[in-house]
Amino acid sequence: MEISRHWRLQQQRYGLLGEKCNHCGEKLFPPRDVCPECTQDSQELYRFSGKGEVYSYSKVFDPPAGYEGTAPYTMALVKLEEGPLVTAQLTDVDNDIVEIGMLVEMVTRKLREDGNRGMLVYGYKFRPRLK
Amino acid sequence: MSTIQDVFVIGTGQTAVGEHWGISLRHLAWKAVKQALESSGLERPDAIFVGNILAPRISQQHNLGTLLADFCGFRGVEAITVEASGASGGAAVRQAMLALRSGEIGTALVVGVEKMTDKVGPEVTAALAAGADSDWELVQGVTAPAMAALIMRRYMHDYGVHRDEFADFALNAHYNAQANVDAMFRNGLDLKQYVQAGIVASPVNIFDGAPDADGAAALVLSSEPGELRPGLSVRVASSSLVTHTLALHDRRDVLSFEAARLSAERAFQQAGITPDQIDLAELYDRFSIYAVLSLEACGFARRGEGWRLARNSGVGRNGQLPISTFGGLTARGNPGGATGVYQMVEVTRQLAGMAQDNQVAGAKWGLAQCLGSSGATAVTHILDGTNRN
Repeated sequence: MEISRHWRLQQQRYGLLGEKCNHCGEKLFPPRDVCPECTQDSQELYRFSGKGEVYSYSKVFDPPAGYEGTAPYTMALVKLEEGPLVTAQLTDVDNDIVEIGMLVEMVTRKLREDGNRGMLVYGYKFRPRLK
Repeated sequence: MSTIQDVFVIGTGQTAVGEHWGISLRHLAWKAVKQALESSGLERPDAIFVGNILAPRISQQHNLGTLLADFCGFRGVEAITVEASGASGGAAVRQAMLALRSGEIGTALVVGVEKMTDKVGPEVTAALAAGADSDWELVQGVTAPAMAALIMRRYMHDYGVHRDEFADFALNAHYNAQANVDAMFRNGLDLKQYVQAGIVASPVNIFDGAPDADGAAALVLSSEPGELRPGLSVRVASSSLVTHTLALHDRRDVLSFEAARLSAERAFQQAGITPDQIDLAELYDRFSIYAVLSLEACGFARRGEGWRLARNSGVGRNGQLPISTFGGLTARGNPGGATGVYQMVEVTRQLAGMAQDNQVAGAKWGLAQCLGSSGATAVTHILDGTNRN
């Protein structure tokens, strides 16, 4: 079980807590020590709204170990409204009506189970934005 | 700046690509090494570079460099394993190039080996996906086909390309593989089979993707020219490894293989030639969309137009730019860390006129490019077969 590894990232996984670079203003998710835009190392914490749109998607029929339970599921690249792209599953959606450009919002869901008696890893997924 | 030391390919070797249930990792490597050494006449290399991705995880074997040096009869020789996900084979060649160009060594043995089938099923799928960002992609449930699918769907959307247009890449690869005795799939493929194929990760179907399998390939490199055939030597004209963003979602442009673009640019610059002079290219067609983006990255096609090159046999052996001339990853197969070395062996044999039924007529300049982590890492080599008497 990789408890500490996942525990370290809980603020990002549950709250989309990223960074804003003090030097160039770029919004970063996930947080980094070195800004990829201006390569400076000063950033302040920034909480993303969770709103975004589908940039691309794919229905996965051949899952990796640990994800067999929920297959087939839909992977997506979601463009957060503040700019960054994130990789996440889509949830609460009938796959046939997923479209590029579809508006989505972040929710917290179970990502994987490490076996019957193992750790549950939670994190962000995205669902169609409720009106 | 002083002139860069010339490096020549003086020997090649490879095994068939497939599910080698009866052959273990070290025996597989030795088969390819033996062939390469015999073809080069070299008895003992100065250094050994091993390309491999999964041995620690699938075969519980670390330190392959030392294991293979020992097993192949080279105790006391310098050896190291090089890993860069799918680009491991090319990266091993690159390290050999750096070492040879430094002048510290005069000969190098590069061996790429992958023994995928010691495990089967979802655990292998997970292992193959592990070139992705562990904290931000892998944990979300991505697989290698899913990553390619995300790129492919967006590409289709932005450029108005129908999925069936990608068929030509699979059809070309499977056609060429029929003539390659070492290829994994040699039955050919028709359009109907492609169109009706099952979906792995939409829109990627089973023929869009390469089969992951076992295999080993080896090269002997030297700073002294050696004749592969009387009067003909093959020189490594350029060598370039470039890295970009590991995670797909960190790329400013998801539809551009920036690492491949920079690597190809540097390779062309170093070799002193332009894309139109390339007679054949072994590109990293692990997925059909990767072949498309690689063509664009190398400057063989404009952005958004790479898919058009494959039409009307444009990438066939008699076409404008032959690719996957022995079947490519799609049909020769993709033995992980060995793939980059297979590509080098294939380009060498083409330039040396030793490609038999796969021969591209009159090939003088060839390019080999392999990618890792959905295009995050790119290694490009250009080979020069113009030196013939």
